[in-house]
Amino acid sequence: MTEILDIWSYLSEGPLLWLTVTIFAYLIGLGCFNLSGNRPVVNPVLISMVLLSALLELTDTSYATYFEGAQFVHFMLGPATVALAVPLWQNWQRIKESAIPMLAALFVGGTVSMISAVTIGYACGLRGELVLSLIPKAATSPVAIGVSEAIGGLPTLTVALVLITGVVGAIVTTPLLNALGIRDYRGRGLATGIAAHGIGTARAFQVHGTAGAFAGIGMVLNAIFTALIAPVFVHLFF
Amino acid sequence: MIFHFGLFLGFQLIGEILARILSLSLPGPVIGMILLAALLLLQPRIGHAIEKTAGGFLSHLSLLFVPAGVGVVQYFDQMSEIGLPLAAAVIGSTVLSIGAGALTFKYVNRFRGVRDETPE
Repeated sequence: MTEILDIWSYLSEGPLLWLTVTIFAYLIGLGCFNLSGNRPVVNPVLISMVLLSALLELTDTSYATYFEGAQFVHFMLGPATVALAVPLWQNWQRIKESAIPMLAALFVGGTVSMISAVTIGYACGLRGELVLSLIPKAATSPVAIGVSEAIGGLPTLTVALVLITGVVGAIVTTPLLNALGIRDYRGRGLATGIAAHGIGTARAFQVHGTAGAFAGIGMVLNAIFTALIAPVFVHLFF
Repeated sequence: MIFHFGLFLGFQLIGEILARILSLSLPGPVIGMILLAALLLLQPRIGHAIEKTAGGFLSHLSLLFVPAGVGVVQYFDQMSEIGLPLAAAVIGSTVLSIGAGALTFKYVNRFRGVRDETPE
């Protein structure tokens, strides 16, 4: 028994344990997703989040300790974002042809996201910095943090809202767009990237390469849109 | 493979440096991506060389959000009072935004006389 505890205290000090556990939690999430016949509600990110959180709770491990290992996975978000240049380049011709409907969808999708989040939040009794923290939630997290700070929100709360938005978007997008009768993968992907940034984009890539490429461009466009428009929006309405 | 990865990291680095120097509000990786896309349009040869690596990398994009996602759950204790209104705002606005964006794309295309691409 003491031996097991020794091994545990040795492993829990280094990054190997939580890095490995993160990858296996994701593989379990992915396995569940595949077993369900790729049902969007069985979201691999959500399953991994729940499994890992439960495990941290059970082993009395702090998030800081966990993140020392998991940061290596987290770090890869940077180069992965750069790698989105490749599907962008592959689909360039079609992206160029769709420039006008894309910009229209960006304006409508981006504006609806901000206005409806503020309106619903306000109607449910949220005030002040809590409402402001909601405004940039559709943007990718580094942009959302900067914008939240600039408009007087709580950046740490915004990060959580950004992630939840991504997971919600990844889960609802397929059934929602099916119900609306929208079949074109360009519009489906684009709207998902605008509303649900990288997690939505990851979901779009699971469905179709075209949807993924357009989701990637939607994410980038809404990062720019949010950075430019959110401060103006706050100035006008608050 | 390692060259390809080095290219992604290199463009991220350039993006981070430019973001600081020009004090842009866009994150470094997004700037790096825009620059790399520009390079690929000028030099398709490089694009063909890296497309396989990029495809493999992006097919597991979901995994990369897991560590940050676990951080959210740490919030739940503090969220008992504001959690429900925040959830309503996040879910409601995400549904409305996806629907509004996709419908806009569809009807602007229809207005221009561009046909839907029906999935094969």
